[in-house]
Amino acid sequence: MPAAVKQILERPWIWVYIAAIAVWGATMVFTQGQGGGDLLTAALAFATFSVIVALGQMMVITLGPGNVDLSIPATMTLAGTVATKVMDTQDSMILVGFLLALAVGLGVGLFNYGLIRLLQIPPIIATLSSSFLFQSAAIWYNRGLRIKPPPQLADIATRDVLGLPLLAAAVILLAVIVHVVLHRTTYGRAVTAVGQNTRAAALAGINVDRVRFQTYVFCAVLAAVNGFFFSAFSGGAALNMGQAYLLNSIAVVVIGGTSVAGGFANVPGLWAAAMFLFLVEAMLNTFGLGAGIRLVLTGLIIVGVIIAAGGQKTER
Amino acid sequence: MHADTTTIVRLDGVEKHFGAVRALDGVDLNVDAGECVGLVGHNGAGKSTLMNVLAGTTSPGAGSIVIGGADLTGAYGVAAATRQGIRCVFQELSLCPNLTVAENARIMHPSFSGFGWRRRAGALIVGKLDEIFPGHGIEAGNMVGDLSIARRQMVEIARAFSVTDTPAALVILDEPTSSLDAHVANQLLDYVRRFIAGGGACILISHLLGEILQTATRIVVMRDGKVVARRPANEFNRTTLVSAMGSVVEERGEHTAAATSRRSSGEPRVRARPAAQTDKLELLAHQGEIVGLAGLEGHGQKEILIGILQARKRRSDMAYVEGATALVAGDRQNEGIFPLWSIARNIGIRSLKSLRTGALIDRTKEDDLAAEWRDKINIRTPDLNNGILSLSGGNQQKTLFARALASDAEIILMDDPMRGVDVGTKQEVYNLVRREADKGRTFIWYTTEMDELDHCDHVYVFRDSRIVADLARDELTEERVLHSSFEPEA
Repeated sequence: MPAAVKQILERPWIWVYIAAIAVWGATMVFTQGQGGGDLLTAALAFATFSVIVALGQMMVITLGPGNVDLSIPATMTLAGTVATKVMDTQDSMILVGFLLALAVGLGVGLFNYGLIRLLQIPPIIATLSSSFLFQSAAIWYNRGLRIKPPPQLADIATRDVLGLPLLAAAVILLAVIVHVVLHRTTYGRAVTAVGQNTRAAALAGINVDRVRFQTYVFCAVLAAVNGFFFSAFSGGAALNMGQAYLLNSIAVVVIGGTSVAGGFANVPGLWAAAMFLFLVEAMLNTFGLGAGIRLVLTGLIIVGVIIAAGGQKTER
Repeated sequence: MHADTTTIVRLDGVEKHFGAVRALDGVDLNVDAGECVGLVGHNGAGKSTLMNVLAGTTSPGAGSIVIGGADLTGAYGVAAATRQGIRCVFQELSLCPNLTVAENARIMHPSFSGFGWRRRAGALIVGKLDEIFPGHGIEAGNMVGDLSIARRQMVEIARAFSVTDTPAALVILDEPTSSLDAHVANQLLDYVRRFIAGGGACILISHLLGEILQTATRIVVMRDGKVVARRPANEFNRTTLVSAMGSVVEERGEHTAAATSRRSSGEPRVRARPAAQTDKLELLAHQGEIVGLAGLEGHGQKEILIGILQARKRRSDMAYVEGATALVAGDRQNEGIFPLWSIARNIGIRSLKSLRTGALIDRTKEDDLAAEWRDKINIRTPDLNNGILSLSGGNQQKTLFARALASDAEIILMDDPMRGVDVGTKQEVYNLVRREADKGRTFIWYTTEMDELDHCDHVYVFRDSRIVADLARDELTEERVLHSSFEPEA
């Protein structure tokens, strides 16, 4: 086998891409090639939202055992609700709404890390309990009314060019940036160092508190951005809009090849895993299988892909 | 070879290959009841692999294993080893940190069951600790993770020697004294002598040749996966043993001549006082100086190192430090290595800021830095992009030295960093430390080995988290250090 091919096959994420393509192919065989492009466009559009939050969740999980952000759905809801209400369907307010969503994310991140650091609460509990506060704040703020997004924003969020959704293109770019940040900046190295051996990282001169703080804020800001665009995409902020992203964000991170034990993160795998999860569901729906069988098969397929992706290699 | 009933273990032609590396290349070894076999060799000579074979954690590629007269080749594993009474104290400790001392004893002795097993397991392990290490200060209910590395090692040793329904016929000690201070190490070696006099057998692996020569009845020397010499211990002395291992002894006199005290009168770079210090003694370190911290393990040396390390980041009244600091960790697994990273990344982590071009880390610079220090410090690896765990323990330690020395730090703190490092490597590192000091770096060196204090310009002895003696190079003697470590001042 040529060295280049072999090198690619050794990448932990390649199997998830292969699985995603296989699932798409199986669907195409069933529909005799009908609607293949549309299916891909839809997969890209939905995977975009998974990837935005998964990028943040991935960084948090990489901080090591016990680190996970469970407040992502509530943060999405709060940011989406606040932004759509303030924008009040006015195109001129889009930028203000976006900045406000960022501010919500920043506040959430600060609050979460405050609980974790100052009150010494384990992250899983801290983010779970804060998520109730954020969810309640969203309910209190808007009484559950659904306000439409400004038309221009809705257009941006749903438009595609030659089958590639605009947002997907932007998030692919974002993923590339995060990939570079992870591998080529001192911050990225610090995150993976802390995740492997926190004590060694501190003794090697890394400011562990600052790295964890930045990471929780980063994750919360991305969740807020996701809430902003998802409410534009889906015709307004709904109180349960984030629900699906709680487990989805973790599943995408893990299937994408990031180590649950921390210390090793993988950006290319996020896109593959997000597409894969969407395509599996689409395929099983196309086959017209019953709900029970669909769930069983989804579970089995995920296990199969994780086994095929195999053990991890030393990073370089 | 006589096959009488007192032979506990006989290995014939054992081979083990890891890829292209021949870790064991046809090794014969037999151990009889009532003897202590000293096993020596450089890092990577195959000692640890051989012990893993005996412990049943690695199965050999070829060769036969006969235990207690029964040929167990192919049927040998951890369970068989336990049944035959073969016990191991590994170099990397194997206790569960989240369990108590008594609970850890239970893991090895499943016969503790039913009501009150904790109490009985605790009584067994503490009884054994009392027997081996009188005055150890460990309780059955202590959480292992809260114990110092020396005490963890003591628990591990006591557990290996304790007997329930399975016998302790052969106890393998892999670098058992590397994190013990001289006093506790002697307690252990005394016990080993009593144990073999009572009909037990030991294999003792150590880089401290004095220990081997004093304790072992027979010495086996390994090099490159082969046994190159085996003779009764009294036919070896330090020089012949080292030459059998294949390295050249350096005369110690040569070094001492160069090391008159070079304390300058200028401003010190480091000024530190332990929190518990009541009198005026304080630790001073100047440019170009090697300062040793001595005393028994766990008497505040580590705390002051950490205090100095972090003095610039957190304002502390413990230490005033002028210049950047870097630490060489001795507890490799917990405080040193990043196990998922390559050797190059493990070296570069302390120097990331200088490895950047613009905002991004430049991989060429990172690789060049690693390559430079591989050559300077002689890390034995074909490829610096290999995982850090592909290195032997001694070479992992060299990587940690490279991390600190490659950094911009002017003050290098060393936390007993020579644990499990072979004689040749130690000499290389001592010379390197001296060269770096001559270039103007300051070293603060905590060590549990008396010999290493000879390399220091100035020594502070610690007891009960306080500095109790401040010895310049020409005042330094082993007696004075020991005296200060144990006796309260008059």
